[in-house]
Amino acid sequence: MSTVIKAKHQRLVLIVFALVALIGAGLLAAYALKNQAAYFYLPSELAAKPPEAGRAVRLGGMVEKGSIRTRPDGVTIDFVVKDDKARVPVRFSGITPDLFVEGSGVVAEGRMEGTTFVADNLLAKHDEKYVPREMKDMSSAEAKAVIAETK
Amino acid sequence: MIAELGLAMLWMAAALAVLQLAAGVLALRPATAQLAGVVRPVAMLQGVLVAFAFAALVWLFLSTDLSVKLVASNSHSAKPFIFKLAGTWGNHEGSMLMWVTIMSLAGGFVALIEKRLKEETLIATLAGQAFVSLGFYAFLLLASNPFERLPEPAPEGLGLNPLLQDVGLAFHPPTLYVGYVGLSIAFSFAIGALITRDVGPAFARAMRPWVLGAWIFLTLGITAGSYWAYYTLGWGGWWFWDPVENASLMPWLAATALLHSCSVLAARNALRTWTVMLGVIAFSMSMVGTFLVRSGILTSVHAFAVDPTRGSFILGLLAIYIGGALLLFALRASTVTEGARFAVLSRESALVFNNVMLCGILGIVLIGTLYPLLTEAMGVKVSVGPPYFNPVSAVFAIPMMLVMAVGPVLRWREDTGGRITWQVAIPALVTAAALLVVELLFAPINLLPALGLAIAPGLAVASVQPLVGRNLRRTPLPIYGMVIGHLGIAVALFGMANEGAFSTERLAAMNPGDSQQVGPFKVTLQDIGPIAGPNWTALEATVSASYAGGTATVLRPQARTFANPPGNRTESALLTRWNGQLYAVLGEEGEDGRWQMRFWWKPFVPMIWYGGMLVALGGLLALLGRVARDVKRLVAIDKIAWRRERQGR
Repeated sequence: MSTVIKAKHQRLVLIVFALVALIGAGLLAAYALKNQAAYFYLPSELAAKPPEAGRAVRLGGMVEKGSIRTRPDGVTIDFVVKDDKARVPVRFSGITPDLFVEGSGVVAEGRMEGTTFVADNLLAKHDEKYVPREMKDMSSAEAKAVIAETK
Repeated sequence: MIAELGLAMLWMAAALAVLQLAAGVLALRPATAQLAGVVRPVAMLQGVLVAFAFAALVWLFLSTDLSVKLVASNSHSAKPFIFKLAGTWGNHEGSMLMWVTIMSLAGGFVALIEKRLKEETLIATLAGQAFVSLGFYAFLLLASNPFERLPEPAPEGLGLNPLLQDVGLAFHPPTLYVGYVGLSIAFSFAIGALITRDVGPAFARAMRPWVLGAWIFLTLGITAGSYWAYYTLGWGGWWFWDPVENASLMPWLAATALLHSCSVLAARNALRTWTVMLGVIAFSMSMVGTFLVRSGILTSVHAFAVDPTRGSFILGLLAIYIGGALLLFALRASTVTEGARFAVLSRESALVFNNVMLCGILGIVLIGTLYPLLTEAMGVKVSVGPPYFNPVSAVFAIPMMLVMAVGPVLRWREDTGGRITWQVAIPALVTAAALLVVELLFAPINLLPALGLAIAPGLAVASVQPLVGRNLRRTPLPIYGMVIGHLGIAVALFGMANEGAFSTERLAAMNPGDSQQVGPFKVTLQDIGPIAGPNWTALEATVSASYAGGTATVLRPQARTFANPPGNRTESALLTRWNGQLYAVLGEEGEDGRWQMRFWWKPFVPMIWYGGMLVALGGLLALLGRVARDVKRLVAIDKIAWRRERQGR
């Protein structure tokens, strides 16, 4: 079983193998990204064109004043995330981030179940130096609305 | 005074780097070859100067000199000593100075000890190293001067981000930087070898200790970073595929591939251009990592300052280094003569296969990490997480682990299948048996954890096989290194698969006195009270946990509040047993007075980090073995030279 590859061809064979594998990786990545990337929605976008049920997405907006309700189990909360056009009810079970308060911004990671957004994880503004990426421009775009709302 | 002195030394070191580059380039031309003698001493002196500059900055931080801007904005006189020290590199400017320091010291060290390479190649290598460090000097001096003074001293410092006030911080950045910088040395060797067309076993042997060293530190850095995220974030996860984590994983993947192709080149004189290419890729990945982390393009605890000029600066450096190296590679690769050949069934083939698989994983991680940045530039915000990374990287990781089980028992150059029937059959049987057990006893389990649980024991058995039939006392250290490193992968995989398959979580609102069942543990909340630390106050829960009805152990999770700067941090509590960890987090007090508590029971989860440490230990043994041999060889050469000299007289 002597399979030493012919002198001239070895380098070529290796290059072809590496290229095929890398192109395969690229195609696979592109295909998976199409299906698995979690898109970011504002409440109005979510209301206008909801993603298919069960698909992982992120929802970013303001936590409506007076909307946080704790269920009897003590760890599940219901609240409303809104922008100036739409309101989306959100359910979350877990320990909320320190700066998760009514009237401030939040990014929720999760999926739609019926008309409710079920969040697995909440990202709130942590401090000056750590803001979820999506919330940087949101704060400026919606500052006015928030100020009007939270007065 | 100290600050000005530090800055002056930094400028002088930068000037020496210019000299090192110029002299190195000129020395490669026959007309000015006498300049070669300048390069080595200059490289050493440069290292010493930068080390003094770094020491100056450390001194400023330890004495909390508030007239220096960097100290005033990142430190506080009431910080514990260890965080004053770690504060030196817990910010953008200081961490870049640390990077340059490690880089120049490493360059000086190469100049001091490297004797195997042709002098010409070494000079080219040092010139390459000077070229790389010059970019960083420019970055430091022009865009991030750590020694800048304030017009008037600040009355008090602003303190350090509470998330960074952790012992882990004292070690995490230096560890990763040594890794990144080691790869920059490997890159310089690759450039030197390309310039002088001297790609051969001597080059691989000179480069290997640096790659090994870098790889050990990257392994430790990733392992420690993972554990840090696990216990400080309070989310119970050990890997989030966060861009910052990926930034350290990508150089590691490239370094792992480089390490193995280096071994082929050193032992068999094959895979010449491939090794050079990987040297370029590995350093490119550490630059990409630095860019992602330091440019402020990602917002995370690592992005100290969001300053667009800095991002563009690093991007510019990235383009120059990678573009230049790829251009050089394109021009010179065809002139590198082909190395020794090997059969389809040979150890080389197995290593090539896994090299390509590692590069595949690297590509997948890179694409997944950059994709959100690209789409954001086009106005679409997406995030890419575990649903993408886990299955897609597994497509390459699983074949890789299967080949990894076989590769070490294959012979170099050419082998026959019949010789290794048993060495293949035993791990395969172990894996099949494990799969059967998993499916029969624990089903339903997700596919990936199930495969992990099956492959891990097979890989563990396979990884110790190279020792079978050897005289254990006479086995060289690098063989032990390989065995332990591969075993570490199996151990870590076992931990990951267990965590994925069998973790149980319990989230509850509890009154003192309430109990919950978490996996095999019964946990009882006993009490909640205030507690104060050196620069924080906290609420501390006292939780007793008993395993399967045994005696109770007390856990004390905290919710800490920091004053300078203001901030909060959860401090989870862990109970470690041989077969897993109980993880407790204290949440908030509800309106009804109950406290939110979150618990996880994670079977065998510490094995993830034990595995990581084993991998690093394997690397260390290999490094010691190689270095010991090199030292012996150097001593022998010196002796012969000395004898000759004496006979000559």
